[in-house]
Amino acid sequence: MTTSPRKKAAKEIIIDDQFCKGCNLCVEVCPRKVFSGSSKRSRAGYSMPQATDPGKCSVCFLCEMTCPDLAITVIEESP
Amino acid sequence: MEISVIHGNEACARGAIAAGCRFFAGYPITPASEVTEVMSRLLPRYRGVFLQMEDEIASICAILGAAWGGAKTCTATSGPGFTLMQEGIGWAAETDTPVVVINVMRGGPATGQPTSSSQQDVMQAKYGSHGDYEVIVLVPSSAQEAFDLTVKAFNLAEVYRNPVIVLTDEIVGHTREKVRIPDKVEIVERKKPASLPADYVPFRSAAEGLLDGMPAFNQGYGILVDGQLHDEFGGRAGHIPEISAAMVERICRKITDHADDLVDVEEWMLEDAEVAFVTFGSPARPALRAAKDARAQGIRAGFLKLRVLWPLPEKIIDRVGRQARRIIVPEMNMGKISREVERVVAGRAEVVSLPKLGGEVHTPAEILKSMINAH
Amino acid sequence: MLPLADKYLRKRTLPLIFCPGCGDGTVLNVFLRAVDDLGIFKDLSLVGGIGCSGWLPTYLQSDVLHVLHGRAIPFACGLKLTDPRRKVVVFTGDGDCVGIGGNHFIHAARRNIDLTVIMINNGIYGMTGGQVAPTTPLQGRTQTSPYGNLEPPFDVCELARSAGATYVARWTAAHPVQLLKTIKEGMEHPGFSFIEVMAQCPTQAGRYIEGTSNAAELLNLLKKRSVSLEQAKETPPEEMGGKYVVGKLHHLTGKREFTQAIYDNFPQEKSR
Repeated sequence: MTTSPRKKAAKEIIIDDQFCKGCNLCVEVCPRKVFSGSSKRSRAGYSMPQATDPGKCSVCFLCEMTCPDLAITVIEESP
Repeated sequence: MEISVIHGNEACARGAIAAGCRFFAGYPITPASEVTEVMSRLLPRYRGVFLQMEDEIASICAILGAAWGGAKTCTATSGPGFTLMQEGIGWAAETDTPVVVINVMRGGPATGQPTSSSQQDVMQAKYGSHGDYEVIVLVPSSAQEAFDLTVKAFNLAEVYRNPVIVLTDEIVGHTREKVRIPDKVEIVERKKPASLPADYVPFRSAAEGLLDGMPAFNQGYGILVDGQLHDEFGGRAGHIPEISAAMVERICRKITDHADDLVDVEEWMLEDAEVAFVTFGSPARPALRAAKDARAQGIRAGFLKLRVLWPLPEKIIDRVGRQARRIIVPEMNMGKISREVERVVAGRAEVVSLPKLGGEVHTPAEILKSMINAH
Repeated sequence: MLPLADKYLRKRTLPLIFCPGCGDGTVLNVFLRAVDDLGIFKDLSLVGGIGCSGWLPTYLQSDVLHVLHGRAIPFACGLKLTDPRRKVVVFTGDGDCVGIGGNHFIHAARRNIDLTVIMINNGIYGMTGGQVAPTTPLQGRTQTSPYGNLEPPFDVCELARSAGATYVARWTAAHPVQLLKTIKEGMEHPGFSFIEVMAQCPTQAGRYIEGTSNAAELLNLLKKRSVSLEQAKETPPEEMGGKYVVGKLHHLTGKREFTQAIYDNFPQEKSR
């Protein structure tokens, strides 16, 4: 009997407010539309995006790899 | 002890290798090419790396990289190439990088006189790059001095973590003379940092304004070497006035505060001299002859030869200016160091510039004649 | 803080100086992963030129040289040749690498010296305010081509390959996953590895050439303009204008590497 691959999920998606510059590339590259703009401000005053739909995350890490400020950390849910 | 008849260019290369140079990058240019050629033959026999790079800029940059790779390094060139290397020399001074640059002076400006001598680069040797910085400049006047002062240049580069220029000229470079090459010369090895990597502050002044050793890359020090003005850790600070000012002051005072230690002159009969020659490089030899001939004629002539030209030995020149009534400065340019002597002497003696252009060095008779005429 | 950043970056230099949405940051991000995956941190020697991309290596805790404009490659040669075990990586921009640095670039490629040169290409001189570059597209309006650029741009990968580079690849900042694999491959390749990364420059090239400073829009443009080698082969030349051929474009193994040649050829006889 074969089992289908376990569906990956994110335990936590952190955007570090000391580094985020609000470029919103994460919003753009995420294939699952996990991110969207928000009214939250980073420490430097940039309008930051937020991970508004973390449940949709497939843990592809595209946001984490793309972020030019290394501000995003995606923590995968352990099995 | 080896005794060979070799020209100054070969003597420079032999001096470099004796001093521990194991990386050379150069580019052909008359009248310096022989330094590069001799290095290409000798260095590989010592498992040293020889490179002929694509141009002089690549040459100076390669030796700077090699210095941080852990090697004692040098390059050799003449006027046009020396001009191209200035940015690299400035970078070396700004980053406390030890390198030796040999400039075999030829007639300038521009393409100039590739096969004839001059001393036209004496100010460029000190001020050639942009910005405030200091270099040490040594001036051989013979093939023996080409060997000795090249060894000294490498040692000074290590002590002061600075670029050091060996400023010879086409006559010294191409004249074959007897050179004594000892089996071993006194070498200053690169100082290792006293601190462990975690405590190492790469650009903080330690004792006597010098730095705490120099690690090579990939020894665990994780050092950031930046041509932009930086703080003691190497972090960029060009936007911070106080730190920027302090850094420039440190790299300059590292040399100027040691001006007395760096004095290297030869004196002859200056104690009672009425007329004194202040000389350096090739003209020093006919000048000494002229001084001796003058003495034979009853003129109280004295002679000072600078082997370290920069920093200028101001205290000694000042002393000469207080003793002699007249100072004559023979040089193969329009008259450059004579102005420096004038500045130091501040009117206490008459300073006579004896310039000579065209590519040939002064003759003893020419110098003696100028002395007698002026007398 | 992202664990990778915590592990490799100099904390006192953060946050990064790159503009919001700059492709340089993505390259740094990917490079850290490459270093971590390969486990070669202690052998790393990094050299940065002058320009925005030249700052990239200064953020890592490795030994770093931040050098003169256009001269990163000869400095890197000095580092590599003094110890063949070093993994020397050069970060340079398009102006730094093939403008002022062009001569050093082609000679290092000719020698096939074992360096990894990562050239981040934004088609403009960004740090100085947005002047025309040897890679600016024709017609591009910049601070020094206000009536439109009249000079055809370089195909730098083609230049690298024809000069003798033995590993040549191109990706964009919109391809971090592929770029990671390529950087690792390039660093492991014993020879001159050239990796071009087309990158968005929201502040200069974005505003002046593309007409937008929106990083997301610019990233999409990079993606849209990218074609694979296979696709390029099937596309008529007249439709290739403004497109970037991405992927591993050239990989030659077995050509003698320069550092090895030097060290293999020390003459046996010791001198006097």
